[in-house]
Amino acid sequence: MIKHLLSMDQLSAGDITHILDTAEQLQGVTDRPIKKLPTLRGRTVCNLFYEASTRTRISFELAAKRLSADVINFSADSKSSVAKGESFKDTAWTLEAMGVDAIVVRHGSSGAPQQLSQWATASVINAGDGAHEHPTQALLDLFSMRQRFKDLSDLKVAIVGDIVHSRVARSNIKALVTMGAAVTVCGPPTLIPPGVRSWGVEVSYDLDAILVDLDVCYVLRVQAERQSEQLLPSLREYAALWGLNSKRLAHLPEHALVMHPGPMNRGVEIAADVSESPRSIILDQVANGLAVRMSLLYLMLGRTDDAEVAAGVTGA
Amino acid sequence: MAPGAAGAPGTPVAAGAPGGDFTVKAQVMDPDEVRRALVRIAHEIVEANRGTGDLVVLGIRTRGAPLAERIAAAIASFEGDDLPSGAIDVALYRDDVALRGPRRLESTTVPVDLDGRVVVLVDDVLYTGRTIRAALDAVLDLGRPRAIRLAVLVDRGHRELPIRPDHVGKNLPTAAGEAVRVHVREIDGDDVVLIGEKK
Amino acid sequence: MSRYLISGGRVVDPASGRDGHADVLIAEGVVAGVAERIDAPDAERIDASGAVVAPAFVDMHAHLREPGREDEETIASASAAAACGGYSAICAMPNTDPVADSASVVEKVWRAGRAVGLVEVVAAGALSRNLEGHKLADLGEMAMSPARVRLFTDDGNGVQNSLLARRAMEYLAGFDAIYAEHCEDAALAAGGQMHEGERASVLGLRGIPAEAEEIMAARDIALAKLTGCRLHLLHVSTAGTVELVRRAKAEGAAVTAEATPHHFTLTDAALDGYDPNAKVNPPLRTGADRAAIVAGLADGTIDAIATDHAPHAPEEKDQELTYAPPGIAGLETALGLTITELVAPGHLTLMQAVARLASTPASILGLDGHGGPLAPGAPANVVVFDPHGSVTVDPARWASTARNTPFAGRVLTGRVLHTFFGGSETARDGAPLGAAVDA
Repeated sequence: MIKHLLSMDQLSAGDITHILDTAEQLQGVTDRPIKKLPTLRGRTVCNLFYEASTRTRISFELAAKRLSADVINFSADSKSSVAKGESFKDTAWTLEAMGVDAIVVRHGSSGAPQQLSQWATASVINAGDGAHEHPTQALLDLFSMRQRFKDLSDLKVAIVGDIVHSRVARSNIKALVTMGAAVTVCGPPTLIPPGVRSWGVEVSYDLDAILVDLDVCYVLRVQAERQSEQLLPSLREYAALWGLNSKRLAHLPEHALVMHPGPMNRGVEIAADVSESPRSIILDQVANGLAVRMSLLYLMLGRTDDAEVAAGVTGA
Repeated sequence: MAPGAAGAPGTPVAAGAPGGDFTVKAQVMDPDEVRRALVRIAHEIVEANRGTGDLVVLGIRTRGAPLAERIAAAIASFEGDDLPSGAIDVALYRDDVALRGPRRLESTTVPVDLDGRVVVLVDDVLYTGRTIRAALDAVLDLGRPRAIRLAVLVDRGHRELPIRPDHVGKNLPTAAGEAVRVHVREIDGDDVVLIGEKK
Repeated sequence: MSRYLISGGRVVDPASGRDGHADVLIAEGVVAGVAERIDAPDAERIDASGAVVAPAFVDMHAHLREPGREDEETIASASAAAACGGYSAICAMPNTDPVADSASVVEKVWRAGRAVGLVEVVAAGALSRNLEGHKLADLGEMAMSPARVRLFTDDGNGVQNSLLARRAMEYLAGFDAIYAEHCEDAALAAGGQMHEGERASVLGLRGIPAEAEEIMAARDIALAKLTGCRLHLLHVSTAGTVELVRRAKAEGAAVTAEATPHHFTLTDAALDGYDPNAKVNPPLRTGADRAAIVAGLADGTIDAIATDHAPHAPEEKDQELTYAPPGIAGLETALGLTITELVAPGHLTLMQAVARLASTPASILGLDGHGGPLAPGAPANVVVFDPHGSVTVDPARWASTARNTPFAGRVLTGRVLHTFFGGSETARDGAPLGAAVDA
């Protein structure tokens, strides 16, 4: 298994399947009276969050605790280390000195987890960096899709909205393309990144035209700031052209699912009745985050570095 | 390599079980011997339990699971009533995760509430006892059985923990450098017990 | 004052057109002779066989950080770094604290440079007061001060206000001074971390489009034609800008341009690992842009190789890419990169390389005595370098205070052996020599 999880680029289809299979087994534990497993006893996981994200942090914290790892939360209110008067490298070295085994990092600056991985010997797990990637979100999304569809390689998925600023979009596109799904990105031209076709996706600016042929309509959050940045005329216009409302939901095929990474702007990218419809698996996504993160922690932290030398001393 | 071809001494076997390559020195149980041993264990379990009341048979993944099913089926055939049986995966309870790295997880299927039951754990080979220690913890996280018993097809000695089996198919004295492989037909295509050396 | 006989080297001197083996005698601060064979038993003999003897280099674009950020670099440490890099003159950018927007600041910088005495520190002046782009700085006073400011720029910022740009050019034309532009449309570039394109999309970093530079370059060329002012485009980074300069020159406009070693060496792929040392403004562009810059240097569209030496303290660069300041410290890698990337692959001759590093920038800045010709009586500003010698970039051994370079660990061809400034040896084999000349 990989040492750090920074980008979905690092995972093959086989790796992804292994992670999801493991998550499937771990999900069984959630239904048991005693939900705790001793597997990672003695390991320490640090949640290093430079952006407030209660949901992701709690999900990682619970995942680590269910596996008996110790958890420390290192939440930086300021957006960067420099605001605290120390460099990002100093922060890395501080965590290093505390002897943590894994650093789960959420950062507003793209690439911060990758930089951290060059300074720390602990495993670094990217919990969302800037507009770059959010690999564990993509894994839990695939897990959620796999619960409803047997074969991801046959799926037709549209990712709708602010692709250019979305780490969720980048990770999901890579993950889905790796699994062989057909992905279309859809949204206003100002929110589609330059060169996106080289990622192996189709581009559409017309949601109504692509709806009828989808298995999954994955809706991204659109932030109000995009108006002041001259990227959108108005949120009202966005909702009219790219918002998933009940009229558009009716044009989706019967079996098609609606997904959203949260938090939702109801009435903008998704109508309230759509998010609560039986077609929406948004709550499954949240629930599945725990099993997928447990799976990753187990697979990534299972073996200690120095154990490779010690291994092989006992016969079977 | 086809698992069925694994009988000949001196043949290296790409083993299905974890642990890498394995060179066969001798076959120590053939399919009939395995069958007889399991039937005997089934009888012993019922006798020791004075019937099948409260019994649950749980196999330890991977190769304990089909053995548990066969023992349960044998008991059902001569006692007449169906016996609950299941399988547990103990990978998450092992004490060597840090040493050997994470293992592929298999499903844990326990068909009944374990509280107040007599659980018979079934495994293919008993060696250091560490797998059984992990299995005991796993079972106790699932419920509070009245008693836990242990049945193994082969006991090869070299215990590292104070664990003793209640029912043994075959006691097999081995050297520490030797390895024991059990093949079960549900997984490996044949029922044999082999002794050999690890490469 | 010492006498040196540099013997057996290949003299490459674009100003005189000389390219051939000759001995060079330095005495009394000047070039005392250049001839096939000179006997000077009393002079210290420097064996230059296999090496090139050339006019020492002139950097049109360096950030010395003094006054204001002496923790990053000082005039003394930058002078030492320049000497080690083979330079005899460096042009100090005005974005200091306080900004060099008045005669008193430029004069202070110039005097401090003379006091150090390792290179000539040429002070550049700001175009606008405090680099804010609203009001003209004291352009005339700076031009007439003892520092004799020739080059004015708001470097770090492009001049967004076209009227201010026009007025500055009109005013400077009267002093025969140079309007130098950091071409960047601030609105188009806002928040950008790297070149806008496929790589930025993949990395999730906000991009700076090539057009942010080209739009301002085109505007400035138009205004230069209108005003008759000499225009110099700093750190050209895009193929489009190279083409704009080429066309402007063909039309006879008084436009010159420079490119940096990092822009002719690297592309935006250098950001793949989010290395803050590869973050620079203007950003590293595409392979096609890099190729256009190399072609522009070869055909003379781009006149000068300038370092844009931008020292930063380690704690500033050990930040998240988004928060790390842009810039590369380049004084001590310029020759190596020029030889390795331009001369060794055959894009430029040695003569052209020396022209871009020394004689052309000297003549743009009107720096008498720098950039050659290496003729009897000329101030002895001379570099001796081994064009085949290799050197591993090791910032820990630099004379500069800074360590920020994306080239650490790279093996470069081209090694500075000796630098002479006003007849004194200022650096030998990568280490500065303390001796200062008369101020």
